Amino acid sequence: MNAAANSDVILSAQDITKSFGGVHALRGASITMRRGEVTALIGDNGAGKSTLVRCLSGIHAPDSGTITLDGEIVHFDTPLAAREAGIETVQQNLALVEDLTVWQNFFLGRERTKGAGPFRMLDRSSMRSTATEMLSDLAVNVPPVTSRVRRLSGGQRQAVAIARAAGWGSSIVIMDEPTAALGVQETARVEDAIRKLQASGVAVLLISHNFDQVLRLSDHVWVMRGGLAVAERRADETTGDELVALITGAKAA
Amino acid sequence: MNLPVKTTNVVVPEKGVGPALREARHLSFWAENAAPIGLVVLVIVFSILSPSFLTIGNIQSMLVAAAILVILAVAQSFVITTGGIDLSISATMTLGAVGFGLSWQAGLGFWPSAVIALLSSAVIGLVNGLLIAKGKVTDFIATLGTLSVATGLALILTSGRPISITSVELLRLTTGSVWIIGFPFILAIVVGIVAWFLMFRMRFGLHVQAVGGSEEAAVANGINAGRVRIAVYLIAAVLAGLGAILLVARIGAAEPAINTSYLLNSIAAVVLGGVSLTGGRAKIVGPILGALLLTALTNGLTLLGVSQFYQPLAVGLVVVLAALLTRFQKK
Ligand SMILES: Nc1ncnc2c1ncn2[C@@H]1O[C@H](COP(=O)(O)OP(=O)(O)OP(=O)(O)O)[C@@H](O)[C@H]1O
Ligand SMILES: [Mg+2]
Repeated sequence: MNAAANSDVILSAQDITKSFGGVHALRGASITMRRGEVTALIGDNGAGKSTLVRCLSGIHAPDSGTITLDGEIVHFDTPLAAREAGIETVQQNLALVEDLTVWQNFFLGRERTKGAGPFRMLDRSSMRSTATEMLSDLAVNVPPVTSRVRRLSGGQRQAVAIARAAGWGSSIVIMDEPTAALGVQETARVEDAIRKLQASGVAVLLISHNFDQVLRLSDHVWVMRGGLAVAERRADETTGDELVALITGAKAA
Repeated sequence: MNLPVKTTNVVVPEKGVGPALREARHLSFWAENAAPIGLVVLVIVFSILSPSFLTIGNIQSMLVAAAILVILAVAQSFVITTGGIDLSISATMTLGAVGFGLSWQAGLGFWPSAVIALLSSAVIGLVNGLLIAKGKVTDFIATLGTLSVATGLALILTSGRPISITSVELLRLTTGSVWIIGFPFILAIVVGIVAWFLMFRMRFGLHVQAVGGSEEAAVANGINAGRVRIAVYLIAAVLAGLGAILLVARIGAAEPAINTSYLLNSIAAVVLGGVSLTGGRAKIVGPILGALLLTALTNGLTLLGVSQFYQPLAVGLVVVLAALLTRFQKK
């Protein structure tokens, strides 16, 4: 790791392990993210990328290892703790509840209420208007926030999940394959959104299988294989061919 | 893949009579509104067939008779919205009634006995919740188990004998009324209103719907799904305890007997109310109307002199029909 860049490091995960029964999804993975950069995380299916993301976003507690945020060791017991620390995530499965409306999904787990004590009511109108703003900020054409997610197309859902993660003024946004199922135009929109986030000073962790996209958007690339982060490269010092070789193990780090 | 559509192009669901009439051509309209439509149809049919059906006296007694089922349907609705089911609800009510009876017998007054009724029911709800949320036991099996446990406890605690109770408060509860609306039904409607606010206007209800819609997504958004599940079973049980007090008042005794028809009808009312057993989509008014429909059905058949034996058959047919209709509900 580049020691000189340490002060730039906003988030670092060290020696993270996580097993599910007999499956060792993470075997001591370590990655770092630098302030203001787009960091890409690549690797074959099952390499452990999403598991690492879920550890960083408070869904899984790592079996061992440390997560350091802004120089302080953090433990995220719940996704809310990660959010409060300024980490927003677009999960690979989007984590949207199809039966709920767009605005309900936006505020799920952090609803705004009005009134006092046990009789606090949801502040529906304020949540609706904020959700509408957050969606339009993303400059993506999307349906009204009162529609149920079930009725949205795949691209619209992805837009909703991304807008939900992008709009909270957080310091880190993690996106697990945000363009996986998208057409050309939607992909371009999401990439725009990532650039906008970066321009506003947000550190983005981008998981993607699309090397062109990775090289286009990111400053730094981490390669995962078999539950470990096996290599890192500056995006402008590597090529798609080298990344493929690193992923498959044809080339050692 | 579709392009995200422009905001202006999106069809916003309209409100009002016009669109409702246009929608009536679709099966989904009937499916969404099975309970109110069925209720209106039943009322029309029965009032034609029997002149005494729509008399003040009969309406009055129907509303009182409906109160317990309305409360149980609301209770069941919370559980079913999470994708669960509470098969123990009627046995829980029985145990609550026994709790009331034993306290009363021990010389406690009405209010302490009522609190003990609620508490003894709540214990079953807590056990249900813990088994399902922490023990990861299937809701069906867990509540089938507590159904049997609660029934057994009620029999053991009373040695199988009913405890008759004569209390001024209970008498006032059954006979008192505001205009033609008896206290039990007023209580049921208050329960319905509170439940509606809890489900649709408060944080908790949103979490109930989220857990039922997708537990994984709910958890990823920081919702403690286990706590929500425990809470819905607890709510259902406490409401069953409230039903127990009404039941004791109605019968004038705490009976340890099982009453499976309350269990089946509470689920039937929810299904009639258009709630899918898979969870995620909450309804409160629908199940209440479903409970009224079932009560009207039983009452009307009785008025027409149809043998009691036919009532389960009629209820069964209505429920199966409603269940078939829900297939055509909009997603
Ligand atoms: N909740 C879980 N229970 C059991 N095994 C799991 C669970 N989550 C992940 N795994 C396993 O951990 C390994 C890593 O999975 P992970 O989802 O992190 O891979 P990934 O790198 O994100 O792959 P992809 O590119 O396909 O999304 C896989 O073998 C997977 O089967
Ligand atoms: Mg993944």
